[in-house]
Amino acid sequence: MSAREEILGRVRQALRSWPSADGRVPRDYLRRHADTDLVGLFAERVADYRATVSRVPADAIPAAVAAALTTRGLAEVVAAPGLPAAWLPPVTGVTWLADEPPLTVAALDACDGAVTTAALGIALTGTIVLDAGVGQGRRVLTLVPDVHICVLMADQIVADVPDAVAALDPARPLTFISGPSATSDIELNRIEGVHGPRTLHVIIGEGASA
Amino acid sequence: MTIPTGRGVVWLDTPPFPEAARRALADDQLRANLRQATTTIRDKRLRVTGELSDWEQLRAAGAAIKADVGRHLDRYLVQLEESVTRAGGIVHWARDADEATGIAGDLIEAAGAREVVKVKSMVTQEIDLNTALAARGIAAYETDLAELIVQLGDDRPSHILVPAIHRNRTEIRDIFTANMARNGRPAPDGLTDEPAALAEAARLHLREKFLTAGVAISGANFAIADTGTIVVVESEGNGRMCLTLPDSLITIMGIEKVLPTFADLEVFLQLLPRSSTGERMNPYTSLWTGVTPGDGPQNFHLILLDNGRTATLADPVGRQALACIRCSACLNVCPVYERTGGHAYGSVYPGPIGAVLTPQLVGVEHAATLPFASTLCGACYDACPVKINIPEVLTHLRAKVVEHKRLPTFEAGAMAAAAALFSAPRLLGLAEWLAARGGRLVARGGRIRSLPFARAWTGSRDLPAPALPSFRSWWRRQQ
Repeated sequence: MSAREEILGRVRQALRSWPSADGRVPRDYLRRHADTDLVGLFAERVADYRATVSRVPADAIPAAVAAALTTRGLAEVVAAPGLPAAWLPPVTGVTWLADEPPLTVAALDACDGAVTTAALGIALTGTIVLDAGVGQGRRVLTLVPDVHICVLMADQIVADVPDAVAALDPARPLTFISGPSATSDIELNRIEGVHGPRTLHVIIGEGASA
Repeated sequence: MTIPTGRGVVWLDTPPFPEAARRALADDQLRANLRQATTTIRDKRLRVTGELSDWEQLRAAGAAIKADVGRHLDRYLVQLEESVTRAGGIVHWARDADEATGIAGDLIEAAGAREVVKVKSMVTQEIDLNTALAARGIAAYETDLAELIVQLGDDRPSHILVPAIHRNRTEIRDIFTANMARNGRPAPDGLTDEPAALAEAARLHLREKFLTAGVAISGANFAIADTGTIVVVESEGNGRMCLTLPDSLITIMGIEKVLPTFADLEVFLQLLPRSSTGERMNPYTSLWTGVTPGDGPQNFHLILLDNGRTATLADPVGRQALACIRCSACLNVCPVYERTGGHAYGSVYPGPIGAVLTPQLVGVEHAATLPFASTLCGACYDACPVKINIPEVLTHLRAKVVEHKRLPTFEAGAMAAAAALFSAPRLLGLAEWLAARGGRLVARGGRIRSLPFARAWTGSRDLPAPALPSFRSWWRRQQ
């Protein structure tokens, strides 16, 4: 007998002693824990993870991106495919890398940072979710470079986890990001920065985009 | 036909719990490390679970979803297999540890790799995958910081979430300095015991491994039957590295990890991070469905492991332990765990959940001391995000241990006598009358300090002498 048949047979045998139940799940938990000022809550919760947060008018996004690069002295920066060209201003000392054709892992390791959008943000938990959509690119772009700059429009922020799960497409590779890479493995003290990007900067664009 | 328990579950039990606990209690450094760590994490968990006014409703939903998974496990497993296959993954089934490690080894060799990077995974610890791969000449590198500390220290994990919780910063510095060189890049010269410096040393040590690995191995926190999506919850980014960079990915999961629908994640992505690390959300959660062309591994294999889980499923009381999402909240609140640490449990699954899971996976006759490694205080039940009634399972397993002992013991006799007395009111009244008089004979100053036939129990406890009259006769008179 194959392992598959044998395991399924054992499961069915075990279940003979389990009377059938209606299997109904009580779903009386809250759909969301916050309703008002989602942008403010999101900004506060992202900052709680010791990420940098900037709230700017939509037409000031290019300047905010430029400032995020120059204050950290980043020289080679990946622009995720599909990012609006207007968000990538020429900045003195910054070379923009495109991921078309795909950059090698060594090239990503040698660069300083990456700029992407996100699929959505979750206000209650201060989480951004990437789904490899337009302006986000491959998962590796926001993983190997040490700085991740993520531009999110205010209307992409949902209230809570159930809203996010309902809005996401499971067929796409999904990454939930809540602050920079961290560990609590040494005496349960939280330390930011292990293998993933040690710096996360979230720029929230508010108002109509230019 | 009896459903076999797990074969090849790492079960050390050397020495058994009572002796191991005694040794651990004598280690002041260990107790200080554990007290510090469990206190910190307990406070964090209470703060973030207290933020959600519907925490109890979320727990009830989580428990109900897991009960439904157990009740229809055959259906959900078949559905998961179909979904993963449709998305470009390949599903394998393994009855026990040998079969799972054999499949993984064959896949690694077929990919032409001699080294693999690993995401922290309880199930690969359970089946001792690293040792099995080493026997085939394949080096498996742990990439979670705590697992790295354990691996480089030739040590064993002592906590589900923080396997190196028993080590303090100075011990970790010494392990890195002494042993990093043997697996690759050595520790930086003059490494201090600052946690940030230790994390940086781990980053440098593992960087090249991530960037060059051809095969990665992971476990799974959740696997979604209706979509075939696999979920890995982590903090450091080592998980993302393993799940994204290598060309081949092998995920090994216990069959109980399946969830019915993608929407069920709305419950578990609230319950798990808050119960586990005490955060509103853990830094990184990766979800993938089969293979995505041009993004991440192009070969995905999923190994579904039984190894004693179907035997556990057959026990009407014990099977609730299969709902465990490995958050480790029960360890952090347990007064026994806080004092003995995880190694005393002799299993990769320590603490209250280990005391109910290990005996069921390996067979209760092989882990007879574990169901007794608890005060039955119930803190674990209150902390469990999926409401596993651990005290109920512990007492159930204690009864099974007693049944399994071949010679009649005083304890077994006492339990049988108690059962007879409590079911016959007249006998109970007589017993109370006798106990009150007998008890007052052996008591000194109103306390019974020692009973000749139960020294092991009374040696560390006094009990009050029984009252005269008994409650029942007092009650009759009041009426």
